[in-house]
Amino acid sequence: MDIVSQLQRQFIDYSASLHHEGFVDDQFTQLQKLQDENSPDFVVEVASLFFEDCEKLINNMARALEQQQGVDFKQVDASVHQLKGSSSSIGAVRVKNVCISFRSFCEAQNREGCLRCLQQVTHEYSLLKNKLQTLFRLEQQLLAAGGSIK
Amino acid sequence: MESCNCIEPQWPADELLMKYQYISDFFIALAYFSIPLELIYFVKKSAVFPYRWVLVQFGAFIVLCGATHLINLWTFTMHSRTVAVVMTTAKVLTAVVSCATALMLVHIIPDLLSVKTRELFLKNKAAELDREMGLIRTQEETGRHVRMLTHEIRSTLDRHTILKTTLVELGRTLGLEECALWMPTRTGLELQLSYTLRQQNPVGYTVPIHLPVINQVFSSSRAVKISPNCPVARLRPLSGKYVPGEVVAVRVPLLHLSNFQINDWPELSTKRYALMVLMLPSDSARQWHGHQLELVEVVADQVAVALSHAAILEESMRARDLLMDQNVALDLARREAETAIRARNDFLAVMNHEMRTPMHAIIALSSLLQETELTPEQRLMVETILKSSNLLATLINDVLDVSRLEDGSLQLDLGIFNLCAVFREVLNLIKPIASVKKLHVSLNLAPDLPEYAIGDEKRLMQTILNVVGNAVKFTKEGSISITAFVAKSESLRDSRAPEFFPVPSDNHFYLRVQVKDSGSGISTQDIPKLFTKFAQTQSTATRNSGGSGLGLAICKRFVNLMEGHIWIESEGLGKGCTAIFTVKLGIPERLNESKLPLMPKVSSNHGQTSFSGLKVLVMDENGVSRMVTKGLLVHLGFEVTMVSSSDECLHVVSHEHKVVLMDVCVPGMDGYEIAVQIHEKFTKSHERPLIVALTGNTDKVTKENCMRVGMDGVILKPVSLDKMRSVLSDLLEHRFFRGHIEMKNIGD
Repeated sequence: MDIVSQLQRQFIDYSASLHHEGFVDDQFTQLQKLQDENSPDFVVEVASLFFEDCEKLINNMARALEQQQGVDFKQVDASVHQLKGSSSSIGAVRVKNVCISFRSFCEAQNREGCLRCLQQVTHEYSLLKNKLQTLFRLEQQLLAAGGSIK
Repeated sequence: MESCNCIEPQWPADELLMKYQYISDFFIALAYFSIPLELIYFVKKSAVFPYRWVLVQFGAFIVLCGATHLINLWTFTMHSRTVAVVMTTAKVLTAVVSCATALMLVHIIPDLLSVKTRELFLKNKAAELDREMGLIRTQEETGRHVRMLTHEIRSTLDRHTILKTTLVELGRTLGLEECALWMPTRTGLELQLSYTLRQQNPVGYTVPIHLPVINQVFSSSRAVKISPNCPVARLRPLSGKYVPGEVVAVRVPLLHLSNFQINDWPELSTKRYALMVLMLPSDSARQWHGHQLELVEVVADQVAVALSHAAILEESMRARDLLMDQNVALDLARREAETAIRARNDFLAVMNHEMRTPMHAIIALSSLLQETELTPEQRLMVETILKSSNLLATLINDVLDVSRLEDGSLQLDLGIFNLCAVFREVLNLIKPIASVKKLHVSLNLAPDLPEYAIGDEKRLMQTILNVVGNAVKFTKEGSISITAFVAKSESLRDSRAPEFFPVPSDNHFYLRVQVKDSGSGISTQDIPKLFTKFAQTQSTATRNSGGSGLGLAICKRFVNLMEGHIWIESEGLGKGCTAIFTVKLGIPERLNESKLPLMPKVSSNHGQTSFSGLKVLVMDENGVSRMVTKGLLVHLGFEVTMVSSSDECLHVVSHEHKVVLMDVCVPGMDGYEIAVQIHEKFTKSHERPLIVALTGNTDKVTKENCMRVGMDGVILKPVSLDKMRSVLSDLLEHRFFRGHIEMKNIGD
């Protein structure tokens, strides 16, 4: 049906653009491959888990960095490490890259740098969240219209 | 006849006598009265007079005498009868008392005399004690002097100071005019004046050592009095007019220093002495006393000890300085070496990449060019280019390989491979060249050779290829035969390799390969040089063959890494040669032949290996990673249990789980520790689940840690589906060979 193919085209294009713009990488594609009849919502589940994790970690880091007396860089570093792990598992390339520079600031105990990175991370994360939510919406529409994403 | 006492006579001239008598009597009486008073007064003053009652008696006697004489005064003139009676009474009493006193004195006087004797005796005793006291004091002073001298002497470790101090202190203590020290010269034949007390710079007087007086002194350990006229004592012009002071000499033993080089004087005793000469001041009439001689002897001994200490210290200081210099030099050399190594490594690292990239470009493009339409001359040119660049590429690889081998950083990539296939491959590669040269190549594999072996396939192939290639290169005509068989222990010991003691065991066997050619051969003196880097034999036949001379060196290194030995036998030039090597390979345990893959390294596509129902355990702290990993595994058909902490993991793991995948790059949680504990929990190796580490770190440390704790595999995150599939299928199929494959580095 026309609508289905249109929606499919839209979905594929959008997916490709995410890759092109560097929001996600191969790992995300892998995750998409894992989605099948046994786990139809695999990607969505992973993504939601990722978003929850992200928010929690970002809040932790913000609180830790706000301390006027003595920032606990170890704690911040631990959170960044977690974030890096999560983002690389899901294939969120940009977030992961920010995490890498974030870690070096943590090691250098540079509060200004850390705050800047935190801002960047938050920014990237919100962008990604938007993009993925759009993607999932498209997917829902496509499935509702009777198409399939494979 | 006495005139009547009533008549008062005139004072005629003969009455002068009477007058004098009168006066004398008066004075006598006075004296007689005062003497007891004095006595009483002084006795009262003194406390020790023992015979008081004698004194009383005596006093009474005197008083009465005095009284008598006093009364006598009245009898010169006319006196009454009363006076006469009193006089008589007094006289009688006096007589009684004096007799009593006389009698008593007989007892008293001997006593008093004996007191006197005792007093004399005590005085003598006192004088004697005084003398002894003097002696003791002198001795004590001597002792103090010795201690002080010793202290002075031993307070420094500098030779010259010691000797100077000795002389100065001795001079002071004993009040010497001159004190001198004669040291033996290097040759030991003479004594040289080294130190004196008064003279500032002793000119080098020498005295031959074998004078009788010197021998006399050296032969005794005591201080010996010598004549002031002997050569050692005649140091200064006689300053006194009459008699030079007494001279004493004592020997000072010297440490046998090792830097005295006296090797041509056989009679020299091992003990060497210096001579110390002490002179009392001339014209002083002083003499050497026993205690002073003792002092001198003691000092001489102390000096000897102090000198030996000083000598030892000098030696050790010198040695220490030498060591420090050497240390500095060694440090410098080490740093230079390190810099050189670093420079070389940097160079290699850069060259590795920089050289290979253009080479590959050249080779790739030339081969592509070959495929296009070319004129014959162009084709020839392109072929030459290709050949040369291949040669160059090989050369680069060889050089880089050798350096890596030298570093020790090369490690074998162990794996199961098909042994026969390796030989067949070599044969295929060599056949074209051999047929061009019209050489006949034959391959002979022993029937008991295992089909599969565990070892480094690539390097084994490289070695065989190199050896066979050399055989082909140096053979102009004839044949090449390659034989391979399992070496038995008798044939393993080769007289040419006596230090090689191979010990075959159940898990390993020794592969022996012999490549015999009928080529130009090698002269016996060149054989040892064959395996040295860059050394080539100079014969003209080889000059045209090119090659870097590294091939055999590299082969030798590889063979050594595989715990084997390689050598070449040749009967001489023109008689061909045989290259033989043995390497140690592992034997794969074969529990289930059907599970053996034919070409395990060629492709990772086993098709859909069935994982269904296999239980695995995933441990990861990060929720997202965990979910992703689970998704992967579920997709592959595994039954997945997830845990998020090490305690949970250990609690849950059981022999039903085939694989445990754990994230090890989480700080704070020690994945390695869990691996160790899993090893401990499952002692039987077939019950233990396989342990695979998931990590984002690719560095050597992580891999080493994984190997150390006994992990079966490492996967680099992020994991793709194919990677996960291939790793797990490899691991599960090769589960039986776990003893031989220590670690599969997958996902590099």
